[in-house]
Amino acid sequence: MSMFEEIVKPENLVYEKTRLMTDKALSYCPGCGHGTAHRLIMEVIEELGMEESTIGVAPVGCSVLAYEFMNIDMTQAAHGRAPAVATGIKRVWPNKIVFTYQGDGDLAAIGTAETIHACNRGEKIVIIFINNGIYGMTGGQMAPTTLPGMKSSTSPYGRDVEMMGNPLKITELIAQLPGTYFVTRQAVHTPAAVRKAKKAIRKAFENQRDNKPGLSFVEVVSNCNSGWKMTPNDSNKWMEDNMFPYYPMGDIKVDGQLVK
Amino acid sequence: MGELKLMKGNEALAEAAIRAGADAYFGYPITPQSEVIEYLMAEKPHERTGMVVLQAESEVAAINMVYGAAGAGKKVITSSSSPGISLKQEGISYIAGAELPCVYANVVRGGPGLGTIQPSQADYFQSTKGGGHGDYKQIVLAPASVQEMADFVKDGFELAFKYRMPVLILSDGVIGQMMEKVDLFDPIPRLTDEEIVAKYPWATTGKKNGTERRIITSLDLDSLKMEEHNKHLQAKYREVEANEVRYELINCEDAEYVFVAYGSSARIAQKATELARKKGIKAGIFRLITLFPFPTKQMQDLCKKGVKGFLAVEMSAGQMVEDVRLSVSGCAKVEHFGRFGGIVHTPEEVLRAMEQKIIGG
Ligand SMILES: Cc1ncc(C[n+]2csc(CCOP(=O)(O)OP(=O)(O)O)c2C)c(N)n1
Ligand code: SF4
Ligand SMILES: [Mg+2]
Repeated sequence: MSMFEEIVKPENLVYEKTRLMTDKALSYCPGCGHGTAHRLIMEVIEELGMEESTIGVAPVGCSVLAYEFMNIDMTQAAHGRAPAVATGIKRVWPNKIVFTYQGDGDLAAIGTAETIHACNRGEKIVIIFINNGIYGMTGGQMAPTTLPGMKSSTSPYGRDVEMMGNPLKITELIAQLPGTYFVTRQAVHTPAAVRKAKKAIRKAFENQRDNKPGLSFVEVVSNCNSGWKMTPNDSNKWMEDNMFPYYPMGDIKVDGQLVK
Repeated sequence: MGELKLMKGNEALAEAAIRAGADAYFGYPITPQSEVIEYLMAEKPHERTGMVVLQAESEVAAINMVYGAAGAGKKVITSSSSPGISLKQEGISYIAGAELPCVYANVVRGGPGLGTIQPSQADYFQSTKGGGHGDYKQIVLAPASVQEMADFVKDGFELAFKYRMPVLILSDGVIGQMMEKVDLFDPIPRLTDEEIVAKYPWATTGKKNGTERRIITSLDLDSLKMEEHNKHLQAKYREVEANEVRYELINCEDAEYVFVAYGSSARIAQKATELARKKGIKAGIFRLITLFPFPTKQMQDLCKKGVKGFLAVEMSAGQMVEDVRLSVSGCAKVEHFGRFGGIVHTPEEVLRAMEQKIIGG
């Protein structure tokens, strides 16, 4: 028996990749938060035993291929329309678990109407919102969530709020709507953040499972090291120093009650 | 034998959706088709059959709800009028690309832009030549009566599921708004969830342990695979062309002069034919029922039987006439007549156009 075989035994197992992630190599840049967020969602679905009843909706953005990695039934939606697509699925399959996974351009620019109205109708779905303050997919253009002064390929001198408007705190906005039941902001860049984010994602899916009245919305403030033109480590540091003050971590609405 | 009722075209379409066993309707109000969602909301189909009816925040949202629900194996329908149909085009392209079945209706009004709420047939190009982006086709059924507004919902769903592609019921403000007697077909029960799971293995109904999961997408970053997918779509469209052409010949046995028309223009042409026959003109009508597939061969065949000229009658500046010309292919004279921008031509105008442009010209 080789040393490897001696060590790899069930009793020595401390961490196992969820079988709800496919074996396909992630298409994300090394260091990007998208992959971690994917894993947490899939772990939660596996732990809650929802593998057979969940239908996910992938957006247009870097995570357009989420369906290649998430090993469950998935539908790929047009840019910004994931909440409408999820509404369509949930309304005809009310006993299934339905979630969307969307970037900031997708959810808070082109899809703002679909986001707000799905929240306002209190669709019993989960929305996972990956806010990296930029359009990663298309090469780093300005997003609705790009910070003031932040450089992107379409705000090369920094976001000028006079000309380009202010970053949109869509999460705070939708928390005001009676249709949202759980609204929280998380991150996935450190082990501690990952643990908290997973708890929040779990709560969101439990709410849907328990038919709680309204939509559960989990924002994940994340990095885009490529778009931000930083090393992964620097991008995480930059995110803590710049994104977190503007997009503060923590729950905003719990069990239908605003807590912030 | 179903149930006889006096109904508006839009109401007949809505009632037919319930009777066809539709699982959901998603829509957004716009004149002249708002009666569809109004009728559905008033009828409470969730109590009659369990059908879901939802007023979406826009036509964009509505078509994407259709996309989601259709991808999950359900029978879904939406409707709108011209500006709203323009908004739906991206979604329809996705539905065609992902090969999903759905029925949608356009109760056409005059354009361009916000145009007018009066009837028109100026969305022919949009309906038959693509509308959205990419190389795709949809089956287009053109009702010419309230009866057909109802019947084509049922037929449309059958075609949509047979070929897994969008089916458009291309109506207009006349057909949508007018009241006629309609013989409503007997209700077809909605499929149960178990039946859907068994019948549509391609649908996202939740992964079954050990079985392959389902992905609904229109994306493939590998262009060679995308080309293959496109070839597959094209092969399907050729099959539709070979099998699903529908048309009606009225008074064509001895016709020398033929009106080509669909929808309400076919009704007007019918009156024009009667007037023509009274004057001793051997007129007939080639009524298109499917606009895609277009009855190209059938029109050619009719032409060869001795037709001297065709007048394409449509409430547009001349769209369908292009397909008539391609079909007739030089065998006889082809001209166009139509009022447009919301004006409905009269039978007298239509006959005069035949006399001036075809017979005398
Ligand atoms: C209708 C439409 N408009 C524009 C695009 C191009 N596009 C693709 S992804 C994207 C931005 C995505 O950014 P975001 O949602 O923030 O996702 P990220 O890549 O940052 O995760 C854009 C503009 C598109 N695919 N469809
Ligand atoms: S471009 Fe940005 S968001 Fe996209 S994979 Fe790379 S780091 Fe992640
Ligand atoms: Mg982004």
